[in-house]
Amino acid sequence: MSKRLEAMIGWIDARFPLTANWRAHLSEYYAPKNFNFWYYFGSLAMLVLVNQLLTGIFLTMNYKPDASMAFASVEYIMRDVNYGWIIRYMHSTGASMFFVVVYLHMFRGMMYGSYRKPRELLWVIGMGIFFVLMMLAFTGYILPWGQMSYWGAQVIISMIGAIPVVGQTLSNWILGDFMLSDAALNRFFAYHVVTLPGLLIVLVIVHILALHEVGSNNPDGIEIKANKDPVTHIPVDGIPFHPYYSVKDIFGVVVFLIVFTGIIFFMPEMGGYFLEYNNFIPANTLQTPDHIAPVWYFTPYYSMLRAVTVNFLWIDAKLWGIVLMGGSVAIFALLPWLDRSPVKSIRYKGPIFKFALTLFVISVLVLGWLGTKSPTPLYTLLAQIFTVIYFAFFILMPWYSKIDKTKPEPTRVR
Amino acid sequence: MADIEKKEGMNSRRRFLLAATSVAGGIATVAVATPFVMSMMPSERAKAAGAPVEVDISKVEPGMLLLVEWRGKVVWVLNRTQDMLATLPKLNNQVADPKSEKNQQPKYAQNETRSIKPAILVVEGVCTHLGCSPVFRKDVAPADLGPDWLGGFFCPCHGSKFDLAGRVYKAVPAPTNLVVPPHMYLSDTRLLVGSDKESA
Repeated sequence: MSKRLEAMIGWIDARFPLTANWRAHLSEYYAPKNFNFWYYFGSLAMLVLVNQLLTGIFLTMNYKPDASMAFASVEYIMRDVNYGWIIRYMHSTGASMFFVVVYLHMFRGMMYGSYRKPRELLWVIGMGIFFVLMMLAFTGYILPWGQMSYWGAQVIISMIGAIPVVGQTLSNWILGDFMLSDAALNRFFAYHVVTLPGLLIVLVIVHILALHEVGSNNPDGIEIKANKDPVTHIPVDGIPFHPYYSVKDIFGVVVFLIVFTGIIFFMPEMGGYFLEYNNFIPANTLQTPDHIAPVWYFTPYYSMLRAVTVNFLWIDAKLWGIVLMGGSVAIFALLPWLDRSPVKSIRYKGPIFKFALTLFVISVLVLGWLGTKSPTPLYTLLAQIFTVIYFAFFILMPWYSKIDKTKPEPTRVR
Repeated sequence: MADIEKKEGMNSRRRFLLAATSVAGGIATVAVATPFVMSMMPSERAKAAGAPVEVDISKVEPGMLLLVEWRGKVVWVLNRTQDMLATLPKLNNQVADPKSEKNQQPKYAQNETRSIKPAILVVEGVCTHLGCSPVFRKDVAPADLGPDWLGGFFCPCHGSKFDLAGRVYKAVPAPTNLVVPPHMYLSDTRLLVGSDKESA
């Protein structure tokens, strides 16, 4: 380092903790040395976040949040704005890829018990990020004001109207009108470009601060801080994040970008899963499309919503469907307190947990697939069965995780 | 805080001032939040919209469905044939509220056909489940809806079924019959949707 640069950093350090932060979060943040494939997705989620922020800003330069102009302005971006098509496809593909990496990131946490003590709060903050992300996806999907934008929003807003007593007032307050209209589109635009991204950035920073406070978990699910070098006080199984994992993550970024650009250039609609064909038709308030389904990342919850067809316990089927759908997302936040296993990682957990997790993944996939299909009696029955399995994974966990035959954890990471 | 308390002592005067400041600050916060929260309620312009709509039904042939827009919602005007009307009593066991006992229609439409004129059905084409607009399926016993289907409305979103009087089937997600909006006949062929005699 040149003398001049050193002096400059010294000047800054006397006024702002630049070097101290660099050390605390990068060059002297010690992460377990045994990270594997599954540890790419946290940094990839940050990459996608940056992509969404950047492309989103450029989309707002040409988009018009007005019910009579929105659809045409998106077409204008796609056809007439220079490189508008690639910016828009980066944003729409980025939305789906955000969910791909976040779902894999969450699955990693479930496999290796990353939600267990002392990372409960870290997990709950992550669930907050997941919730904001879903809100962002929902508000963003409304903006093109196509058929799916309109009718998708109609369904979600009607759910709020179903809340007893206050539902109707609340729905009017959210829509700014007595039905879904220009007023709602205009304010959802405000949420999508200001409120929610701001909230997301804050939550991501808090998530990382919480992570760096407790330290990263690892595929063995043991605490590297329990075994520190007596002289340096550095975990013996830890390596500095920079350069070891910054370089590893850059490799992940390169592979990810190959996939990402491949989608943008060759199949940006992903056969109707990333961008639905019905959304290329302007919103028609008089007619619902013959087949409506949410974008792929919402289909499991959507399946559960329509799985309930009978009233029980004095609550009608409609409200139960909504409660189940909300519950299916919220219940993730309880994982730290549902898992009573003496070990964290799936490597040392017993056959019952492995079986339960496999069944859970299958049920999510089946529910997701069913959510893209029209409801028939057979499909509804399947959705009911797999909804029960989905919830059983969580609700029965305190018992099956306790009686499961676990293997002893090692003292050092492998 | 605890340190200050130890050093200075938390006497009752200090405690009172702290509580008073908190209360005043809380009131101010609520007062400042009010205009922002209330600005999100439907505006005066939105409240003023939604006047009744007049519809000419002379060209609605038997078996035909007319779509009318009222308050941004779709209202169906269905001219039912004798065959269609004959399906209604047959379905009394399959629908959840055969006598329209739940308050989903004005008094004058609380009858077997859920209408003023037996043939003409006027209902909001908005599924009572989550607000999709069901599809008019007058074909009898189609492959996808099964051999028992006598014609009616099928919601593509979540599979709710309604008969030709907008009565909801049992064991579907929608909880209640389709809503009959206030309406009245100005003459034999002129229908007013959105207003009836009492309020006009």
